[in-house]
Amino acid sequence: MKNVSYIDRPNRPLFVYAVLFLAFLYVPVLFLPLFSFNDSQYIAFPIENWTLRWYRDMANNEPMLAALMNSIRVGAVASILSTFLGIFGAKAVTRYRIPGQEPIIAVIMAPLVIPGIILGVALLILINRAGITLSLYTVTLGHILVCVPFAMATLMTRFEGFDKSMEEASADLGENAWWTFWRVTLPMVFPGVLASLLLCFTISFDEFILAFFLGGTDPTLPLYMWGQLRFPQRLPNVLAMGACILLISFFVVFFSQWLVRRDPDSPKSAG
Amino acid sequence: MTTKQSFITIDGVSKHFGDVIAVDNVSIDIEQGEFFSLLGPSGCGKTTLLRMLAGFESTTSGEIYLDGKAMSEIPPHQRPTNMVFQNYAIFPHLDVSGNIAYGLRKDKLGKVEQTRRVDEALEMVKLPGYGKRRAHELSGGQLQRIALARALVKRPKVLLLDEPLGALDKKLREEMQLELRALQESVGITFIFVTHDQEEALTLSDRVAVMARGEVLQMASPQQLYNRPFNVEVADFIGQMNFFDAEVMDLQDDEALLDVQGLGQLKASAEGEFVQKGASIVVALRPEKLLLSEKGDAGDENTVKGELSTSAYLGSRSHFFVAVDGCEEPIEVAGQDAGFGAGESLQRGGEVWLSWARESLVLLPVT
Repeated sequence: MKNVSYIDRPNRPLFVYAVLFLAFLYVPVLFLPLFSFNDSQYIAFPIENWTLRWYRDMANNEPMLAALMNSIRVGAVASILSTFLGIFGAKAVTRYRIPGQEPIIAVIMAPLVIPGIILGVALLILINRAGITLSLYTVTLGHILVCVPFAMATLMTRFEGFDKSMEEASADLGENAWWTFWRVTLPMVFPGVLASLLLCFTISFDEFILAFFLGGTDPTLPLYMWGQLRFPQRLPNVLAMGACILLISFFVVFFSQWLVRRDPDSPKSAG
Repeated sequence: MTTKQSFITIDGVSKHFGDVIAVDNVSIDIEQGEFFSLLGPSGCGKTTLLRMLAGFESTTSGEIYLDGKAMSEIPPHQRPTNMVFQNYAIFPHLDVSGNIAYGLRKDKLGKVEQTRRVDEALEMVKLPGYGKRRAHELSGGQLQRIALARALVKRPKVLLLDEPLGALDKKLREEMQLELRALQESVGITFIFVTHDQEEALTLSDRVAVMARGEVLQMASPQQLYNRPFNVEVADFIGQMNFFDAEVMDLQDDEALLDVQGLGQLKASAEGEFVQKGASIVVALRPEKLLLSEKGDAGDENTVKGELSTSAYLGSRSHFFVAVDGCEEPIEVAGQDAGFGAGESLQRGGEVWLSWARESLVLLPVT
């Protein structure tokens, strides 16, 4: 017998399964950047010539850049406000004994399970009735609604993960609730805050249904890309943009994972 | 409000959590500079009482006075107490200096003075030069010292310690006990120390309150607690003890004639009102007050014959268990005599004699 522990013994079928699984997940996604370098409007093999012109075009494509900026603005505002609400919500439900706590959490988490299309229609009716003009603001509002549960979930684990005696120690050392929050609570949940910001931004950035229902004349990027699919000659531009977003997403996720791992008192990295 | 004489007065304090009574009408007076321990098994209310002193729990009824001031309306951050938490609660996002200086923000000391105070505190807990370390780089014993430094740098009137040595290994714990005692004597601050470890409480304290079910069973010096416990529960909790059912046959002046199960008829000095003629009582004897020998005098009333059943080797000493006719449980005896070969010559099942001094008998009421 080789000196390998039972758990480390190679398992060929499992290895093949893992490779197939990863291929199934990522190969379709990788076609997107691949064809963004294709010097033809048609997505078909074999690729005859390689080019960077779609990327150059993209840089000059004003409407697309405008849509990108819209998405970034909506994502930034939605993620910051959702995280802000999430911090206080998570602190409230993890730190205080509130009557009716379970139903409150259920109501806050409900948008997670309500189908987007239902939420979209409902909000559209409401906003129309209220006489509010559809714009990026209404999209942002809709995004906050769907982002808050994610922010809450992310931050609640963080709040639950750290010992209440830390806050008591701060009070014991002479700081009132306000200063305790700034000097102890917030720094300790900060990795969670960052994770929540990134998560909410990602969710808002590729959200389609609510943006479709609640958007005014300014499209967000997913809406714009959807619109472009009707014109075959513009498809390569969309592919180039998609490739860029893929690359940026990869770095964002990588960065957030690195943050979580670097943090010594994170529940995930704990021993 | 009446002016209170003691430095700390816990006056009829109760704490209810719903239907559960955690602390039940407890009154304690503690003097300035005293090392006072709250001792009891888990769930006896000692930690709740400590947390009420710190202000983390409100009192259901009763009042706590600290230096003459009623505390119930004063929030934790305004109380002149500081606490060493059971898990130390060292802030992981700050280094050691940051932790120790945490409570000094409002004192507006200026950078130089603050650094001096922090260094002084580190010096005091014997960790000079550790200021730049982080919590995760420190051992349990070091964290413990930092927690002490962080609380003492505030110069509190009272230091509250919630089982601070519980997480340390035995050797380190004994070391820290000595240091803690020395530290308390040098700073002169009142320490209130919560522990479930009776040895620790006896080693450290000027006075100990033994608690159970939210009540104080006995409050006394370690010597009194050990030698003159109030009742069976305290006697059982503090150290090892042999108990015998007994009946008071006769009472003359301060001397009682007892009929003790297994030990026969004995005379003992009658202390306590429960010692009445005809009353059932409990007689207690510490294992180390018993002398084990192979020969004995059957005529001596403070001697009894038995049979060695088992022995337990504890390193520095051995404990022998001796079965005596009339006793349900074997009597525990500490093998204290080195000349006796720590009992090696004794055979299991062999005949042995136990003897004791009359003053070693402790009379306790039946619970």
